[in-house]
Amino acid sequence: MEGSNAFVEEICSIPGGELIRLCIQCGTCSASCPNANKMDHTPREIIAMARAGMRDEVLSSNAMWRCSSCYLCTVRCPRGIKPTDLMHVLERLAVRHRLSTGQTPTPAMYRGFSDFVYSIGNVPEMGFMTWYYFLARTNPLRALKMMPLALSLFTHGRMSFKARRLKPKAEQQLKAILDRAEVLGGMR
Amino acid sequence: MRYYTYFPGCSSSDGGAKAYGASLQAVAKALDMELIELEDWNCCGSTPYASTEELASFCASARNLALAEKRGLDMVTPCSSCYVVLNNTTARLKEYPELRAKVGDALSAGGLEYHRTVRVRHVLDVFANDIKSQEIASRVKRSLAGLKVAPYYGCQVVRPGPGFDDPESPQSLERLIEILGAKATPFPLKARCCGGSLIISEEDLALDLIYKLLRNASEHMAECIVTVCPLCQTNLDVYQSRVNNKFKTKFNLPVLFFTQLMGVAFGIDDRVLGLEKCIVPAERVLAQYA
Repeated sequence: MEGSNAFVEEICSIPGGELIRLCIQCGTCSASCPNANKMDHTPREIIAMARAGMRDEVLSSNAMWRCSSCYLCTVRCPRGIKPTDLMHVLERLAVRHRLSTGQTPTPAMYRGFSDFVYSIGNVPEMGFMTWYYFLARTNPLRALKMMPLALSLFTHGRMSFKARRLKPKAEQQLKAILDRAEVLGGMR
Repeated sequence: MRYYTYFPGCSSSDGGAKAYGASLQAVAKALDMELIELEDWNCCGSTPYASTEELASFCASARNLALAEKRGLDMVTPCSSCYVVLNNTTARLKEYPELRAKVGDALSAGGLEYHRTVRVRHVLDVFANDIKSQEIASRVKRSLAGLKVAPYYGCQVVRPGPGFDDPESPQSLERLIEILGAKATPFPLKARCCGGSLIISEEDLALDLIYKLLRNASEHMAECIVTVCPLCQTNLDVYQSRVNNKFKTKFNLPVLFFTQLMGVAFGIDDRVLGLEKCIVPAERVLAQYA
């Protein structure tokens, strides 16, 4: 296909990714994005770069990790591209190729969240936050900064120390499904 | 009596938004609705799982749908993220045969099948469209007349859609607020982003967005904000003091779940509604009216 390259082919092989071919570079996505000013490349640029075959530059960008999935671009795109889904596709590819950026802790945060889903089928906020602020990050100052907030959540009865667990049989069922998914082409 | 399968999601079950789940159940009961919790549901995966592991995230989500399908009822959820993720799963499975085959294969490892028939609905949709407004109005026991409420939708309850309301200028919440006797204030940013889960990893980015929302609600004289999403409530309420620190502002806007406001109007006990769980206290503002 004219204007195609291996990277575009790879994007197109993931459901939702194939729509990248329809982009007319109008910039409606970038203009609608609440976080475009915090990205190293705007959504429109990312699409242009991907179509120019700039795989490593695209996958090591912080753009997709700073997408907050608000879907404003998606409902406005005149070509029906669903740029939000495209950002998710790029995130998965960045993980697959181990190119996810070190400029933002979002990939690590997402990974931790996903590990909770995989291991217990549930994301207990208390456990997740403890993991994120104390175990995943090496900056103790940041954890310290979170203490007043944690205390206020606790005193307002918004912290559960006991994680909800699925019944053992249900947990095994979920694991069997997710393990099978891995064999079938997951990335875990 | 109306029956629904209920998918609480992590936050509204026993997480930081447990007041959402509790107030929802209390209000549903008052309106003769029965929300039957899906047994042994698992986390929908939300954006993080979908962003890192494609197939597994669809499978985790599909397990819930397969379990719900056996019951043959609409499945309602109070969480905007669960709402989008679960519906997105069904849509993708319909659209992509190859994905459908793989997810079907994985589900069979757990003895499940999913035929893509479950309709997942947000609780706002249910209250706005299944229950007649007279029915809701007839349950109102405490007048909220004069209370100025900013209706905050956030993003995923109306986008990507197509859903039950306009993707950029929805009206369901305003109608509900007016049925309760309160006043919905204009709120131009009502369907704009609060930063979502990036509040954890990119706090500064999210605080900028939250600041804009709080400022916009304040400028239109709102005395409180109501939300339809656990994460929106957390960001606007729990992080309000952080916004004040960062922007040298003095916002003091209570942020309620819309089901809590309904419960207050219905005369349900504050403790049942979990009003004391709001970090920015809501009782004083409400006491002036209710």
